[in-house]
Amino acid sequence: MTPATVVTGLGVAAPNGLGLEPYWSAVLAGRGAIGRVSRFDPSSYPAQLAGEISGFVAEDHLPGRLLPQTDRMTRIALVGADWALEDAGVVPQTLPEYDMGVITASHSGGFEFGQRELQALWSKGGRYVSAYQSFAWFYAVNSGQISIRNGMRGPSGVVVSDQAGGLDAIAQARRQIRKGTPLIVSGAIDASICPWGWVAQLASDRISRSSDPRRAYLPFDDDAAGHVPGEGGALLILEDADYARARGARRIYAEIAGHAATFDPPPGSSRGPGLQRAVEQALADADAAPDEVDVVFADAAAVPELDRAEAEALTKVFGPRAVPVTAPKTMTGRLYSGAAPLDVATACLSIRDGVIPPTVHTALSAHYDLDLVSGSPRSAPVRTALVLARGYGGFNSAVVVRAPRP
Amino acid sequence: MPANPFTLDDLKSILREGAGADEGVDLDADILDSEFDALGYESLAMLETAGRIEREYGISLDEEAFADARTPRALLSLVNERLSSAQAV
Repeated sequence: MTPATVVTGLGVAAPNGLGLEPYWSAVLAGRGAIGRVSRFDPSSYPAQLAGEISGFVAEDHLPGRLLPQTDRMTRIALVGADWALEDAGVVPQTLPEYDMGVITASHSGGFEFGQRELQALWSKGGRYVSAYQSFAWFYAVNSGQISIRNGMRGPSGVVVSDQAGGLDAIAQARRQIRKGTPLIVSGAIDASICPWGWVAQLASDRISRSSDPRRAYLPFDDDAAGHVPGEGGALLILEDADYARARGARRIYAEIAGHAATFDPPPGSSRGPGLQRAVEQALADADAAPDEVDVVFADAAAVPELDRAEAEALTKVFGPRAVPVTAPKTMTGRLYSGAAPLDVATACLSIRDGVIPPTVHTALSAHYDLDLVSGSPRSAPVRTALVLARGYGGFNSAVVVRAPRP
Repeated sequence: MPANPFTLDDLKSILREGAGADEGVDLDADILDSEFDALGYESLAMLETAGRIEREYGISLDEEAFADARTPRALLSLVNERLSSAQAV
């Protein structure tokens, strides 16, 4: 039998909660953190709202040698990994270094660091660019720094497929666990709320230009007009189930039971988008029937055509209003690669506590036959959750998260 | 010695600004003959340090000679030689 991959530790850094339990209580209270950008002056930009993490002081958590060489996203990722390891009761220094790997996703790399160094390059010259720019901006840097800090030399890497990458990284970690590496740190933290990151986001034409935090990010609403960018995400400790039990893991949150990734056809093709196939194949991979799914964590693009595609895919697979659907990311904004790992962490907590967190602010459009959990959380036994993520450029990914086998 | 020599304090502030400091190391202890490696500075930290010295003092350091200067004492001496010859020109 193929070894099961289980989640044993969660490290969460979200705009509405720094740390697992602060985040979870914010989510259950429907408390969001979307507000006017404070990390730079957004007044000359067409979009001015973001989900920012406040109160993160890197100096409180990280050694002095790491600060000059790390972008904000890497600092948050290092701390998130520390929290996940602590939650799992794993002390990496006590384990063989080739038994542990790090596979994260990244959407843009370290933009804030990169912007500062590019400004130094063009205003003062190449001699003023930090030697650490050589890697601090790079997509794989979070994996690399987590690996170095914790002495993890097993299979490691980065997956770059925008928002879908957050699930694709978890799937890659699962492959490596099946191949014999017992523990992988996976998930993603993205943070690129800086002018350079901002203009890159704006180019997608999917960013909400609303200035009202309660009306800016409204997936599945008739007034959907793009999303609000956010920063943060989650890191997860994934382990071979037998290994986790043998080491006496204090908790097994859930199993990563299934995954599939598909790619949309080119524009103008007569074939439809690939999300439905991703859902069906992920369910098949998990050997789960649609009626076993207790909740869907939607991608929730808040772009009308993408909302329609997602609603149709769900209705086709599950039937009209047949499965509860939610998008807690309406409280945080879209966290790019960090979004889906945060949804997987949230799904783990839904399974643990028997509650489905709400979607906030959205009034469900009459065009969609969805059972959208909105306004307040819904108590319900959750054994199987489906998490969806789509990335700019046609990436679709789906993961099935299932309550651990006894 | 040059008119304004490069001192250990100058080096320490450049190391702190460019590469940070390891909590397990006391840069204010007697470090003149400690190897940079033992002080927590790997090759990239030293590359950053060389770049900062070069731009702040307007000199250029020979790559091999810099790599051979493994302790603060050796690096101070290398930089001060360069400063002297730059001033002599």
